[in-house]
Amino acid sequence: MEPLMALAIGLLYATAIFMMLRRSIVKLVIGLLLLSNGANLLIFTTAGMTRGAPPLIPEGMMQPLGDVADPLPQAVVLTAIVIAFGVLAFAVVLIRRAYEIVKADDLDKMKDTDT
Amino acid sequence: MRPEVALPVLLPLLSGAISLMFWRSRPMQRFIAVAGNVALFVVSLWLFIAVLDDGYITMQMGGWPAPFGITLVADMLSAVMILLTGIIGLAMGVYSLATTGRGHEKFGYYPLMHLLLAGVAGAFLTGDIFNLYVWFEVMLVASFALLILGGERAQMEGAIKYVTLNLLASVIFLTAVGLLYGTVGSLNMADIALRMDEAEHSGMVEVLAVMFMVAFGIKAAAFPLFFWLPASYHTPPVAVSALFAGLLTKVGVYSLFRVFTLIFDQTMGYLQDIMLWGAVFTMVTGVLGAAAQYEFRRILSFHIVSQIGYMILGLALYTPLAIAGGVFAIMHNIIVKTNLFLISGITHRLQGTYQLKKMGGLYRERPWLAVAFFISAFSLAGIPPLSGFFAKFVLVRAGLEAEAYVATGIALAVGLMTLYSMVKIWNEVFWKALPEDNHVPQTHTPTGDDGRLLKPSLWMMYLPVVVLAMMSLLIGVFAEPIMLVMNQIGEQLMTPSGYIEAVLGASASAEAALLDPIEIQAERVDNSLEESP
Repeated sequence: MEPLMALAIGLLYATAIFMMLRRSIVKLVIGLLLLSNGANLLIFTTAGMTRGAPPLIPEGMMQPLGDVADPLPQAVVLTAIVIAFGVLAFAVVLIRRAYEIVKADDLDKMKDTDT
Repeated sequence: MRPEVALPVLLPLLSGAISLMFWRSRPMQRFIAVAGNVALFVVSLWLFIAVLDDGYITMQMGGWPAPFGITLVADMLSAVMILLTGIIGLAMGVYSLATTGRGHEKFGYYPLMHLLLAGVAGAFLTGDIFNLYVWFEVMLVASFALLILGGERAQMEGAIKYVTLNLLASVIFLTAVGLLYGTVGSLNMADIALRMDEAEHSGMVEVLAVMFMVAFGIKAAAFPLFFWLPASYHTPPVAVSALFAGLLTKVGVYSLFRVFTLIFDQTMGYLQDIMLWGAVFTMVTGVLGAAAQYEFRRILSFHIVSQIGYMILGLALYTPLAIAGGVFAIMHNIIVKTNLFLISGITHRLQGTYQLKKMGGLYRERPWLAVAFFISAFSLAGIPPLSGFFAKFVLVRAGLEAEAYVATGIALAVGLMTLYSMVKIWNEVFWKALPEDNHVPQTHTPTGDDGRLLKPSLWMMYLPVVVLAMMSLLIGVFAEPIMLVMNQIGEQLMTPSGYIEAVLGASASAEAALLDPIEIQAERVDNSLEESP
């Protein structure tokens, strides 16, 4: 499972960076979205994947029996998903406003503030 | 239970929430902006004094013991940064009253300002690396919204670059946190530091260190990753610019200091050169960029980049004295840079432009404003006896002791270039006569950023400027007691065992000593050897 996940994550990062390097601001935002999804999957994978072992302690015991899944990465990923969602919502509104003002879906037309 | 550690985070959150409840009431929001920031300043002072007494103060959120719950830690560095946040927050609370247009107030300027301060304070206090990411995002989301308040074309263009590069940095940071958790299996920074000492040093640790360096480097606007800063900082309303200039990049610098002294202290040998030259190039490119500009706030934006170089130089030299100098530079820069932006706001109010060519004659018209600018600008350039001189003096001395002669020489030359830019502003804005083609309305009918008339309340703009200029002067005069605090920061950061002990309790670090007593003892000997000269 891990090699498959690694491939998927690599693909997500590569696609995201490719998209971010385009001139279109819509593709830029899509790139950001893919990148944060890739990061979430990466946290999930590097923390170790365990199948069918919920992190539950049997009644009357002080610690779990045998190997259990680590619940922390899931909490971390959940937080990161929420943050990415909020930021993405902002970015979508931002590119819409920018498109309305600049009247172009092209980063090369947005160089007024650079020099 | 030490409430003063949590209050600098909770108070601005609370002020923001109350401010949101009074969404339609402008006077109430303005009142909370001042009252909330006064409270934040008082609490930050309380925390600073408490840390001065105790050294470290920790608080476990929700009562969960250290490696499992989220810990808030205040060491000397955090306390100083929180105190500066309190000072800048208070200055901005007052200054915003006079400069924020009604349109901006209606769209939530004040709640966002409180949220931004909460994010900054949280980042300074947290002892958990993922929590640091969360506070970064809180700060970023607030700053995104503040950056585009008003919605002009330049703001949109600047914001796209600012948002993209900062989000990219966040993802790199998040990726690094994920990999770090996979490597050491903890998110608590003190615990990570402990496990990092025990873990074998594979290439993974070095990769992680570089990822953190890049992520925080983008956020701190270090070379070659600073291009978002001069493209965006001159676009928003001036109070927002000043707030960003004072605090945001410094959170990135603070994180670099924290992570590289606590977690990656053993990879420093490998990264030191990269960081050193990164710092040198940051200084040089920033100051050269400023030399080419003729817009007040753009010059100042490039100088932020240049000054970041000094701070990172302090970290890169990696001796207690150099770190003390780096933190001194952070402190001096937060106060002085904010003040210069505030002054640019006043000159804009008086002359209706940020273009140096169109301004002039302010020395005759407003001599006291000229004095405040003179103090801040020459402090930035490092002229004695102002605060910038001592920051630079300590850094140069640390550089000479570490035998980094080239970097030190360049740091001094950059000081000269800074003086050139500051003299340029002085000549154009204050000294030369007002150009005749600039038809400044002589009645000075002040308008907000949205063009509507405001009441003439210039004293609210002058008050923070005068206070901050006085502070720059006082830091210079009372440099010795401040240097004592800075030295304490340098020592605390270079001996992370104190921090680890404060977070995890003495038992954990004793346990670690049992695991490998020889190595840790050897390390202590090394530390004491380093400290003795």
